[in-house]
Amino acid sequence: MHPAPSVILFTTLSGLGFGFLAFLGAGCLHPAGLTAFLLWGLGYALAIGGLLFSTFHLGNPQRAWRAFTQWRTSWLSREGWASVLTLLLLAPVALSDWLGLGWSGLPGVIGAAMCFVTIFTTSMIYAQLKTIPRWNHWVTPVLFLCFAGTGGAILAGKVALAVAACLVLAAVMVAGWQIGDRRFADVGATMESATGLGAIGKVRVFERGHTAGNYLLREMIFVVGRKHAARLRVIALVLTAVVPALMLLLAGPHPVAIALAALCHLAGAMAQRWLFFAEAEHVVGLYYGQR
Amino acid sequence: MTALPGPTPRKLGLAIDLDTCVGCNACVTACKGWNDQGYGAPLSDQNPYGSEPSGTFLNRVHSYEVLPADAPAQVVNFPRSCLHCEAAPCVTVCPTGASYKRAEDGIVLVNEDACIGCGLCAWACPYGARELDAAAGVMKKCTLCVDRIYNDNLPEEDRVPACVRTCPTGARHFGDYADPDSTVSRLSAERGGMELMPELGTMPVNRYLPPRKKGVEQASPLAPLLDIRAAGLAGWLDRVLSRI
Repeated sequence: MHPAPSVILFTTLSGLGFGFLAFLGAGCLHPAGLTAFLLWGLGYALAIGGLLFSTFHLGNPQRAWRAFTQWRTSWLSREGWASVLTLLLLAPVALSDWLGLGWSGLPGVIGAAMCFVTIFTTSMIYAQLKTIPRWNHWVTPVLFLCFAGTGGAILAGKVALAVAACLVLAAVMVAGWQIGDRRFADVGATMESATGLGAIGKVRVFERGHTAGNYLLREMIFVVGRKHAARLRVIALVLTAVVPALMLLLAGPHPVAIALAALCHLAGAMAQRWLFFAEAEHVVGLYYGQR
Repeated sequence: MTALPGPTPRKLGLAIDLDTCVGCNACVTACKGWNDQGYGAPLSDQNPYGSEPSGTFLNRVHSYEVLPADAPAQVVNFPRSCLHCEAAPCVTVCPTGASYKRAEDGIVLVNEDACIGCGLCAWACPYGARELDAAAGVMKKCTLCVDRIYNDNLPEEDRVPACVRTCPTGARHFGDYADPDSTVSRLSAERGGMELMPELGTMPVNRYLPPRKKGVEQASPLAPLLDIRAAGLAGWLDRVLSRI
């Protein structure tokens, strides 16, 4: 799959944003006044910024409001609803922290839970697709939830929790890659089943239907960039989990250490997300003899 | 509404004969020609006369080489377009309701006025049947020429999809798979019509008729002569040379 910057920024930024908002909503931090304004502002900026980036992926973004209509069947629509509801639910909590109104509590906890529901719906946009076996597995939602939890814990400066989350995230990432590498074969789609010609013999592409590129090749048969997959996996692992955990362990919850650890984690998340798309093989590639 | 309608009273679709298709691309041209005028946004081309031409097509013809275990390879031409699946995954993923399957005849269509061009339906389709038009930013797909097949202004013989009407070898057939006596149902039953990628559970309506077995007539009439055993001097040489 084509690793479009818009979807990479969308999933990483809004993932981190909702993860952080969950910690703020659950009352893990007790910010007040300007600090509260800035911290909540950061959470909202990340979450909303990510969502705005997702609209750059659209051919007709002016009709984006229509995406709220099909929540009964579509995970993308559910994601829209969940994100807006969560941001609305947490707004009074943020206001209360900032102005010291004392409204947090239950609405904050519900909002925090909704943050993870939002992340889950985002992950299901990808995990629901049977055509992309690597994504079509429970490990995808687990991975997205772990990313949000880890990013949130790092930004919240909860050292012990963040270090534990980094360890879990690293394990889930490795498990995700191992499971993902087997998925295409497990699903069993082949050039023979795609063309129905397997009963005759082995199928090979003789000629494509067109001499130049097309939407399918650009969007779903992205084969460049997998050369460095193994190296990128190590980079993602080090940047998302190892370095942030060490930084927080050595420096403690110092604001500078938190900022650096969060930036490092975010950079790693983007590397991971780039791979998430670049390594994902769509079954339509079988018609082109490419995966 | 992007919920699937359940079993439809009619199941309109195509039967594509891989035995007869010669890969002439007439169906591709006819499809592009018809669907460039009238129904929805035109199928745009980008840089059509340049070094890297690209464009939106609803039908593309691939060619495959199939290598049987005990016979020479054969080339199979393979037109690929929307299969109007019964369990169409492209419909349920749509966030706006633009992608839908008609309850009356099972045709899968896109309401372009509601399409935001997110591309998720194209991701959900195993068959590459949907292409996002680069100019209009909306998803394009085979309509089964819904603006021909019910069109009373056309002569009756033209009320079939453009690709079917134009096919010079009669490799494409249009009809109702819900009717067991329709041409397509009978052809599919007689010839062992195939579903593509059945393991993905999409339940395609279109069927592909496999190439017929080329049996006895494919063997050369000279074949028995090839098995001549050398005798005499040649036979002696053959035995000696094989031993060295």
